[in-house]
Amino acid sequence: MSLKGKTAIAGLGITRMGKNYDHSSALGFAAEAISLALEDAGLKRSDLDGLLVTTGVSYQGLASFALQDSLRLTTRLLADVNAGGSSAGTALAMAAEAIATGTANVVACVFADAPLKPPAPGGKGGSAGDAYGVPRGLDSAYGAFGANWVYALLAQRHMYLYGTTQDQLGAIAIAERQWANRNPMAQFYKEPLTLEEYHASRWITEPLHLYDCCLVSNGGVCVIVTSAERARDLRKPPVYILGVGQGHHPGPTLDNLDTGIPIAKETAFRMAGIELKDVQVAELYDCYTITVLLSLEGYGFCKKGEGGPYAAATRLGHGGGIPINTGGGELSSYYMWGMTPVSEAIIQARGEGGERQSPKHDVVLASCQTRNLSTHSVVVMGTNP
Amino acid sequence: MAEEVKLIPQVTPELKPFFDAARHHQLAVQKCDNCGKLRFPPAPLCLACDSPRSSWVAVSGRGTVFSFTVMHRAYHPAFKAPYTLAVIELDEGVKITSNVVGIEPSRVKCGMAVEVMFDRLSDEVTLPRFRPAAG
Repeated sequence: MSLKGKTAIAGLGITRMGKNYDHSSALGFAAEAISLALEDAGLKRSDLDGLLVTTGVSYQGLASFALQDSLRLTTRLLADVNAGGSSAGTALAMAAEAIATGTANVVACVFADAPLKPPAPGGKGGSAGDAYGVPRGLDSAYGAFGANWVYALLAQRHMYLYGTTQDQLGAIAIAERQWANRNPMAQFYKEPLTLEEYHASRWITEPLHLYDCCLVSNGGVCVIVTSAERARDLRKPPVYILGVGQGHHPGPTLDNLDTGIPIAKETAFRMAGIELKDVQVAELYDCYTITVLLSLEGYGFCKKGEGGPYAAATRLGHGGGIPINTGGGELSSYYMWGMTPVSEAIIQARGEGGERQSPKHDVVLASCQTRNLSTHSVVVMGTNP
Repeated sequence: MAEEVKLIPQVTPELKPFFDAARHHQLAVQKCDNCGKLRFPPAPLCLACDSPRSSWVAVSGRGTVFSFTVMHRAYHPAFKAPYTLAVIELDEGVKITSNVVGIEPSRVKCGMAVEVMFDRLSDEVTLPRFRPAAG
């Protein structure tokens, strides 16, 4: 059974992002995002009968249970969804499958995180996302913490094999910043970025500069999925789910720079009945500039190894090609894992992108990944079922 | 002088043979008893023939830098930035994540030849790291 056009996104809720201390935990941001998405859709809390929850690094435990309790929801579908950064695409697919098979009717998919802590009274500044510096087994004995180093190894290897340059990675950071400068929700909305500033920014884990790495954000995003039929009667224009797919490559990605993308793409594009040339806007997971570069290659926007020159020439749509990461992405808007590309894809498909809106937005791609791009989920959405 | 802070990894059952060998200044990896394919980190099945039977064997400790990164921030007091984290491709074809030491991080290159050295952290744990190959 194909899911194509059977379900649609009816609601989107996005809280304030960044150093936002409106809530003390991810659960508070999740509840606020759900409330915003219900309002956006014109639905009531009692209309929800499915809840899929992903929390970032800041919350340990079963967030879906805690959230269901605090919202006093009665549901037919309830789970924590954890496929790392890839979770948003996974959750949307689960929601669409549940609705298409009659398991649930109105499903809220929510991501929230609160890794940033407010400054102590009279004390020094709050934390800067140390929660992401998690140790990783034996590797941590060698000083390997968090995820930065893993992507730095990919970037270094790409540079070694293909001659990719720091300027080319910088072009991705700058192009995304230019998009963010047109997105009032972006953490870097009011801050432009030049190539000089990019090069001058401190090394995090060489060859990744500060501006090669994503933001750290407190906030929440909720996406409400329902049947195509029901979505047509709701407040906002439906954004149809046309195709979903996952691809999980055993890795290590570093060996051959192969990713899960081709597998995920094949499934989702086949379901949607599209080819890459049909995609009019693409929102690619961008925890690092190298992630975008490898995704451009993975989807076939350019050949393997040519991501650097391609990114520098097209500048993610500012200089050619289709618009890519139009909200500023995780690098320059907000870091809500896969909900960053998913939320901006919905905004573009609806035509609500304001200054950054793509004139063509009938077929929009949202690409979610994690684990060095070995784990992947894709959602193709569009304005027509 | 302040006491040196160390980050001593946990000796899990899976990694015990690795640490036992390192204590005797040998670099060991897992070897499939069925087809002879080497692997690291340890895994329950051979990736070539699916056999669950394996042993540990010493390897040369020589290899090249497959990729590396210079860490400019230390997340733990045992480390002093900048330091080099690398994936080493051993001459036997197996890759291992480690450090490249004994050379300025800015001079490390992909493809450079390295050899293992052993860093004793405690009675139980000696950690293999890599340095530029002699000669």
